[in-house]
Amino acid sequence: MAEVSITNVRKVYAGNIEAVKGVSIDIPDGGFCVLVGPSGCGKSTLLRMVAGLETITSGECRIGGRVVNDIEPSDRDIAMVFQNYALYPHFSVYDNMAYGLRNRGTPKDEIERRVQEASKILGIESFLQRRPRQLSGGQRQRVAMGRAIVRKPQVFLFDEPLSNLDAKLRVQMRVEIKKLQRALGVTSIYVTHDQVEAMTLSDKLVVMSAGRVEQMGLPNDVYRKPASRFVATFIGSPPMNIAKGEVKGKGAVSIGDVVLPVSDMAADLVPGAAIEVGLRPEDLIVTPNGSLTMAVDFIEELGATQLFHGTLGGATLVIQAASGLVPPDSKTLHLTIDPAKVHLFDVETGVRRGL
Amino acid sequence: MVENRTFGDRLAYLILTIGVLVLAFPVYLTFVASTWDAATIINGQMPLYPGPFFIENYYRTLFIGTSGTTREPVINMMMNSFVMAMTIALGKIFISVLSAYAVIYYRFPFRMAAFWLIFLTLMLPVEVRIFPTFKVVADIGFLDTYQGLAVPLIASATGTLLFRQLFMTIPDELLEASKIDGAGPFRFFKDTVLPLSMTTVAALFVIQFIYGWNQYLWPLLITTKDSMQTIVIGIKKMIVTADALTEWQLAMTTAVLAMLPPVVVVVLMQRLFVKGLVDQEK
Repeated sequence: MAEVSITNVRKVYAGNIEAVKGVSIDIPDGGFCVLVGPSGCGKSTLLRMVAGLETITSGECRIGGRVVNDIEPSDRDIAMVFQNYALYPHFSVYDNMAYGLRNRGTPKDEIERRVQEASKILGIESFLQRRPRQLSGGQRQRVAMGRAIVRKPQVFLFDEPLSNLDAKLRVQMRVEIKKLQRALGVTSIYVTHDQVEAMTLSDKLVVMSAGRVEQMGLPNDVYRKPASRFVATFIGSPPMNIAKGEVKGKGAVSIGDVVLPVSDMAADLVPGAAIEVGLRPEDLIVTPNGSLTMAVDFIEELGATQLFHGTLGGATLVIQAASGLVPPDSKTLHLTIDPAKVHLFDVETGVRRGL
Repeated sequence: MVENRTFGDRLAYLILTIGVLVLAFPVYLTFVASTWDAATIINGQMPLYPGPFFIENYYRTLFIGTSGTTREPVINMMMNSFVMAMTIALGKIFISVLSAYAVIYYRFPFRMAAFWLIFLTLMLPVEVRIFPTFKVVADIGFLDTYQGLAVPLIASATGTLLFRQLFMTIPDELLEASKIDGAGPFRFFKDTVLPLSMTTVAALFVIQFIYGWNQYLWPLLITTKDSMQTIVIGIKKMIVTADALTEWQLAMTTAVLAMLPPVVVVVLMQRLFVKGLVDQEK
């Protein structure tokens, strides 16, 4: 077990393509850090640099206080779970899990003990003698996890481990991974492009975009106080509504002719300045005496909740509300919002303009 | 519908039977001829059923040899052919697996140049480069040796290309997983790449064994001693005789014997093919 610290790490590929542009992240011992971002944001490259599968162009990566820049992957005391599992197709499940230990010269009875222990935790004891081909996707995923666990590494690295599974299994495995990580207490770095996975798994969420860290922190902080328009729209589903607006004065902005109160507003915003207003779909609350009026175009039924698509002050908007609150044929909705939940972003840079 | 189908089936079987007969008849005739004596064959009235000289012909061919031209027992020729074919097949597999592994998994200067050089040799089969090759082999002193028979035929690009294509289909993640599991380049090769290549190895072995076994031109050029003759050359020498009667029964016996090892190799390797196909998945 160990803390991981990444300091000013950059990755430049041949042809001067900069995939990771100076990233610093500190993960405490036993922490679960999730790197999330769209494809090509450098999150996988960063993980692979920690694993030692890519060289680090500049900067420093430490695992447990030891600089690992020039250490072979097998000597970094890490274990990695790959997206396509990367199980050895010609080995049995047992051999797949034992292979790494054998290569390190672990005694036979110790290997046996560890494999049995890991397979018990994961519930795969009954097919230790099978080949990966004979297993379902979820079972293969468990074997891949088992291969990581038996090594008793200091750090687990997950590279989109759930994206090859169907939706139901993904939710189930997500919970299991979290439980397992808690139980084992091993520092973990997890790469995903799925923001739900990122929110639920992490105790340190790192949102990346174009090779840089956009924001990092507790998942709820990132969700509640997104540092930029990018983070605001990337985290959360359905995504945050962004509308063009105008500063009306201290603590007020307008979208078209609709005026909203704002409590979290940068002091240097002058009335009349253009601004982008961010509203989370579930923060706009439907209430009969709400001061905001939204014209409804159509309703999406999701079972527990409904999504209302419509316009507010000329801007298109999606609102989420519990089912049954509104008659299905409503053409207008009355809404209200907590002034603390109105987010402001710079029109040019997308940076948060809060306090 | 049912009527039509049975008619179609019958037609298909009819064509199949004709095809099998056309292909099998010469082989059958060869076998029959190897069981009669010379006089029966030469008078042009050889029956189409096996004769009584089976044991005598085969014993004489294998262990004594013909009375005229080659005088070498065929068992020796078979041994020569076998050594040559095995050396070519195994040597080629060894070289091409290693070279393909180097080209795919290592980054070294002039890697692609090396690959294209190997590729270019595809355009230079033995027949094209026969004189320079002969000169080299002669200068090294490999005439009338097993090395001389086999080594020049080992060097060619087909195997390397085949394995290169195969290795490119092995996912990179397997290599990365191996790295994390602490397997070095040799371990990765031995534990992962080779087991995943067994089907291709078996296929290449069959092709190369038969290729080596059937070589005619090259052994003809570099062997002069009777004791280094291969069986294919032996047959040829038995048939073309200057001033004696061709001992057809012995030539036919030799032909039958020459067919057997490739058949055995195909039959044995076929099982490995199937096993390989069933066992693995990339």
